[in-house]
Amino acid sequence: MAKSYKTGTVTGVNGNLVTVEFDSQVIQNEVAYVLVGEMRLKSEVIRVRDTVADLQVFENTGGVKIGFPVEFTGELLSVQLGPGLLTMVYDGLQNPLPELAEQSGFFLQRGLYCEPLDSDRKWEFTPAATAGDELSAGDTIGTVPESMFEHRIMLPFSWTGKWQVAEIANKGEMTIRDPVAKVRRDNEEREVTMVQSWPVRVPIETYQEKLLPSEPLVTQQRIVDTFFPIAKGGSFCTPGPFGAGKTVLQHAISQYSQVDVVVVAACGERAGEVVEILREYPELKDPRTGRHLIDRTIIICNTSSMPVAAREASIYTSVTLAEYYRQMGLNVLLLADSTSRWAQALREMSGRLEEIPGEEAFPAYLESLIAGFYERAGLVRLFDGSTGSVTIGGAVSPAGGNFEEPVTQATLKVVGCFLGLSRDRANARRFPSIHPLESWSKYPPIVDPGQVEKVRRMLRRGNEISQMMKVVGEEGTPTADFVVYLKGEMLDAVYLQQNTFDQVDAATSDERQRHCFAKVMQAMDAEFEFKDKSEARKFFNQLRQVFIDWNYAAPDSDEFAEIEKKIDEMLNGQNQ
Amino acid sequence: MKKVYHRIIQISGNVISVDAEDVAYNTLAEVTTGDQVSLAQVIRLDRQRVYLQVFAGSRGISTDSQVRFLGKPMQVSASEDILGRIFTGSGAPRDKGPRLQDQMIDIGGMSVNPSRRIIPRNMIRTGLPMIDVFNSLVESQKLPIFSSAGEPYNQLLARIAMQAEVDVIMIGGMGLKNDDYLFFRNILEEKGALTRSVMFIHTASDPVVECLLVPDMTLAVAENYATNGKRVLVLLTDMTSFCDALKEIAITMEQIPSNRGYPGDLYSQLAARYEKAVDFEGAGSITILAVTTMPGDDVTHPVPDNTGYITEGQYYLTNGRIDPFGSLSRLKQLVNADTRDDHRAVMDNMIRLYADYRESQEKRSMGFRMSDWDHKLLKYGEKFEATMMDLSVNIPLEEALDQGWSLLAECFEASEVGLKSELIKKFWPKPEDAGQKTGKAQEEEAE
Repeated sequence: MAKSYKTGTVTGVNGNLVTVEFDSQVIQNEVAYVLVGEMRLKSEVIRVRDTVADLQVFENTGGVKIGFPVEFTGELLSVQLGPGLLTMVYDGLQNPLPELAEQSGFFLQRGLYCEPLDSDRKWEFTPAATAGDELSAGDTIGTVPESMFEHRIMLPFSWTGKWQVAEIANKGEMTIRDPVAKVRRDNEEREVTMVQSWPVRVPIETYQEKLLPSEPLVTQQRIVDTFFPIAKGGSFCTPGPFGAGKTVLQHAISQYSQVDVVVVAACGERAGEVVEILREYPELKDPRTGRHLIDRTIIICNTSSMPVAAREASIYTSVTLAEYYRQMGLNVLLLADSTSRWAQALREMSGRLEEIPGEEAFPAYLESLIAGFYERAGLVRLFDGSTGSVTIGGAVSPAGGNFEEPVTQATLKVVGCFLGLSRDRANARRFPSIHPLESWSKYPPIVDPGQVEKVRRMLRRGNEISQMMKVVGEEGTPTADFVVYLKGEMLDAVYLQQNTFDQVDAATSDERQRHCFAKVMQAMDAEFEFKDKSEARKFFNQLRQVFIDWNYAAPDSDEFAEIEKKIDEMLNGQNQ
Repeated sequence: MKKVYHRIIQISGNVISVDAEDVAYNTLAEVTTGDQVSLAQVIRLDRQRVYLQVFAGSRGISTDSQVRFLGKPMQVSASEDILGRIFTGSGAPRDKGPRLQDQMIDIGGMSVNPSRRIIPRNMIRTGLPMIDVFNSLVESQKLPIFSSAGEPYNQLLARIAMQAEVDVIMIGGMGLKNDDYLFFRNILEEKGALTRSVMFIHTASDPVVECLLVPDMTLAVAENYATNGKRVLVLLTDMTSFCDALKEIAITMEQIPSNRGYPGDLYSQLAARYEKAVDFEGAGSITILAVTTMPGDDVTHPVPDNTGYITEGQYYLTNGRIDPFGSLSRLKQLVNADTRDDHRAVMDNMIRLYADYRESQEKRSMGFRMSDWDHKLLKYGEKFEATMMDLSVNIPLEEALDQGWSLLAECFEASEVGLKSELIKKFWPKPEDAGQKTGKAQEEEAE
């Protein structure tokens, strides 16, 4: 696009904050480029004072001098939306990382940007609208097949009013640059291609209405689905100290959740963790579709050593991509690891802007930004009557593992489900280390809520007894109490804990969960008679072992049925 | 001829400011006061005002000191002659060798493209059973040693460095006592490892700004070796001094502190260094082993806390031993499957039994009655500490595993340890020499 840019000149540099004097007008959050010789450093206007704009630069600012020219583009920080997003690995500004690597090798290079979508790839376009149709923003013009979906080509979300289709392309192969239709409103005629751009900080709101999320999003993690369920279109958070297994849990959820599209946002965390996804997902099969996991995945990867300002943007980039696929009537899951790093990026910028700090030096507007992010989750009814959803799961890394800190607290206010990870459980190797007494969810579980409540009461009681036993010893505990304690421990071991590294145990379908939960409840409800405590312990140890074997048995196998029989025998043998 | 400025407007902490033109952000300047010359770096530009951080500190700088801008960022020499040399944080020779000025490379270079990283796959053998058997160190891993101040962490680092099969050893010392610096130098010399080592040393008495440069200098040289196919081990001690230097400078720069006085970007600063650990496909690798002393032995202190979120596990050094419980190598499962088929089983079981030993020990100290099983555990735990945990033990992994088996056989019956039968059949030592001893020892204990 050859057009004349508004310009400015650099008047100050402080870290990645560059101050620019401009000559005409600027727009808050518009993209600008700082020119360093041949290099163009992408940046965003984040504050304007008089004739001076503050820019956060998405790159290292080394070498910038006073008086260097700056180009303002007049466009807000945006992403390109179109077919070909799935399977991609982007940085926080939607540059495809593998392509950057092709151009610059092992290391990222400053000022190097690539087109997010492959403009040479051919897509099989099938028109859905016909000439003369009246369309409004978000309406489907045609479709192209992408992975296992019909990718809808929609009238750009930013085009207001009614548009009449003047011409539409025939079925055939096309690239994303070819026009698929011409539309007209009053005297204005525009070409539609398969790609549109959308500003990342603005939610896409091209739908009829937001609905109440009520359908469970099955993650195949027992403790989540049965006790602390997530709903399609809901939001949840997983705070926990380091080493509590946040990332392993997020990977498990991304791998086994029953959704159409997963957007993984690796925001300011270790690069090594993303590498596992990058290298393994192209190999792993999704049992539901028979395709590779990568085919339903988009990875936004702005790891801890990559520029901080781009980390801040990466969260918005990911949620915008998630909303785009929702517009096609799909269920999308966005996993952000970790939102604390995003908040820290905000804090760094706020410090450079010399804003008055809030708690722990986080900016005062932290809460509203966090709320605004999670509120982009939702189940919506689209204009064509179909529904789509964006579910957001954010990992939180609280300093010192203490949940009483601003990011965790602000997050808890706005999410529908809290999966608190506990260091004690992690140290005791009880994974996933979601704390069964502290976590909560406002969404309906896949089993009878009454039963769930009963189990929680029991776990709480078991916990009290175990605390008491530390003081009075086993000798001083009544056998009845001791049995309650053993039941709690058994439920923990055979149902709450789950081995992600075992092929079968890693994922438990909702159907199997209902079945197993009923069986576990049978054991919980049973009245047992024991001579003494060691007999009770022995019985529960055996029962636990059998249940664990059952977890490892493939569904519908002979082994599964045999073990179930054995459990029944054990329960009936004792329960007389 | 570069222009010289000699009107210093402000001196505050280690930061001075002058009015100058055509100065690039992040580049260097020379500040001359009489005969004293120090390097300084541009850390802020505000119209004509230039703020410089003086590496040697601002002491002795006068309002008419001369400032000459060099127009280039901080660099370090990557010449072949660097091996065996010792430098200060700003790259000046600390040994008697000449100043190196060829093949200069920028420090603090760009981050590695995540899509070019590979899953780590090689184990680094250290000869310490607590590492090799229980928490294997992996090439390209970044691991800190969490330790309280009095622990022998530098000795541990030195031992690992001597033992590890790597091509180049880089040592970055921050806030080191002079004794510790001499200790490292002497041990490298003694073992003949100095010729494949490079040291960047900031001692506690050196200017604090130089402390900040040490990790970047060290890692820039390491990166250069790694991209040229060398396997590099980087030792950084002590990263808490580095963080304290960050804190000191942030506060004098009047930045708003976030947590216990540390700047809000502590996490990003640490990550930028630790994330340099990498395994290049078709080239070399960088493994980082760092020391983080925990102020007040508190792991929730901002420095160990932020470190823990960045690194791939940690070793806890307590009472002169690597603690088996808190310690964790997140990458161990990538390598310990193909060492020997009993490795994982021995690892899990010995630790589980050692945990049981701790419980029995606690029970004993509270005066509860000891069962036979408790006695066995107590015997096991003491032997385990002596033969596996002691830092002076130096045996290869396979020998350590064998030793583990004989230790188990000495203290327990084969059916008691909860190992898979096929492994027992293959590895459990012959009953005549171990089993009897156990029985006898048992009787003695019982009496």
